Amino acid sequence: MAPTTCTISVTVNGRPHVAEVEPRRLLVDFLREDLGLPGTHIGCEHGVCGTCTVLLNGASIRSCITFAVQADGAEISTVEGLARGGEFHPLQDEFSAKQGLQCGYCTPGMLMRACEIIAENPDPTPAEVRSAIASNLCRCTGYQFITEAVIAAAARMRATKEVAS
Amino acid sequence: MKPPPFSYAAPTSLAEAVGLLTEHAEAEPRVLAGGQSLIPLMNFRLAKPGYLVDLRNVAGLSGIRREGNTLVIGAMTRMSEVERSAEVAVAAPLLAEAVGFIAHTPVRNSGTVGGSLAHADPAAELPAVALASDADLVAAGPGGTRRIAAAEFFTGPFSTALAPEEILTEIRLPVWPGGHAFVEFSRIHANFAVVGVAALIDLDGDRIRRAALALTGVAPTAIRAAAAEGVLAGADAADVTAAAAEAAGAAAEGLTPAGDLHASPQTRLALARTYLRRGIELATSRARNER
Repeated sequence: MAPTTCTISVTVNGRPHVAEVEPRRLLVDFLREDLGLPGTHIGCEHGVCGTCTVLLNGASIRSCITFAVQADGAEISTVEGLARGGEFHPLQDEFSAKQGLQCGYCTPGMLMRACEIIAENPDPTPAEVRSAIASNLCRCTGYQFITEAVIAAAARMRATKEVAS
Repeated sequence: MKPPPFSYAAPTSLAEAVGLLTEHAEAEPRVLAGGQSLIPLMNFRLAKPGYLVDLRNVAGLSGIRREGNTLVIGAMTRMSEVERSAEVAVAAPLLAEAVGFIAHTPVRNSGTVGGSLAHADPAAELPAVALASDADLVAAGPGGTRRIAAAEFFTGPFSTALAPEEILTEIRLPVWPGGHAFVEFSRIHANFAVVGVAALIDLDGDRIRRAALALTGVAPTAIRAAAAEGVLAGADAADVTAAAAEAAGAAAEGLTPAGDLHASPQTRLALARTYLRRGIELATSRARNER
């Protein structure tokens, strides 16, 4: 029989971790429960809502339909890694300023997806942002303020040449 | 919910992976590719494999390459890689267009071509692409590798010609010389298709030389629409409207789609006719423009 736990090495927000996990441990539970990073939320648990979105080697994934063992050797970015030195990331700043959130449940996933959108296209149009964030559900804002926040953050990041994640 | 417990291995070779599937047969093992269909099913406890063989460390299963008139895509190639590939855009634009309908970017970043084909959801896009393209699927098993024609591969809902200890390794798509179209209706973009149509049209002057049409969402598996293809052969490509409608009617005649909470049988039939017509017209107009 295969071992009941597996050893994995991951780098989360720049910090290396080695951990023993059950193969069935979902990545989102590993981040929240084992590493104590509860910023990544759990919503639908079947890959539809997007609030569990994190970056795996820079690409957005659903951490609720990914096993932690599948992330072995990977670099993971979560919402906890966005702020630097007590300063909001431009995306967090603009989500706050433009009211890109109300209840905040979708926000961690939205922010990480927005990082990827801007990394792929530093100057997206509102239509491109709306189409791209269709991957993540928000039941409060109607997406308009989220779109505006992403556009504003992208402009700031272009001006300061800041990397997205 | 959380997935039920299982044993797990991430072998580094195909032979080892096939060996593990054979060795742990009593645990009803499953192959783990991207997990974007299997893990939700496990979270719902609709699937309870006792053993998972993860292919992520097996070398050589990922990548896109051209072999003469065939585009070869490794089973572990991610959907987003297919989406971005210049090679796919040139050699298999039907596939590139279909991938755009599959879920959203975060799912396409993990989901694999082989995983979708082996999962064989009756509403999935890629089985229709494989059928319309006359693709071959390559499987590795204890006795070596074999090629399975797409027409023989999909045997029922979530069922394929793969033996339990076989692993899908690549899909081989013949390059189609004419126009293509993948069109579908779904309740929300990125949901599974209610009805989807893969259409390939090749021209001989102003006439349709050959048509290849496949549907998803209207039968227990994706299916070819052979009757419609026959209607289109020799049709005037400059004015394809009437022939497209006649072909769509011929295709719908043999269909007895099941109803579910997304659409009744009647709705599915009406959608199949409409989207067939649209697919044929779009593929024909692209074939004319690409000459």
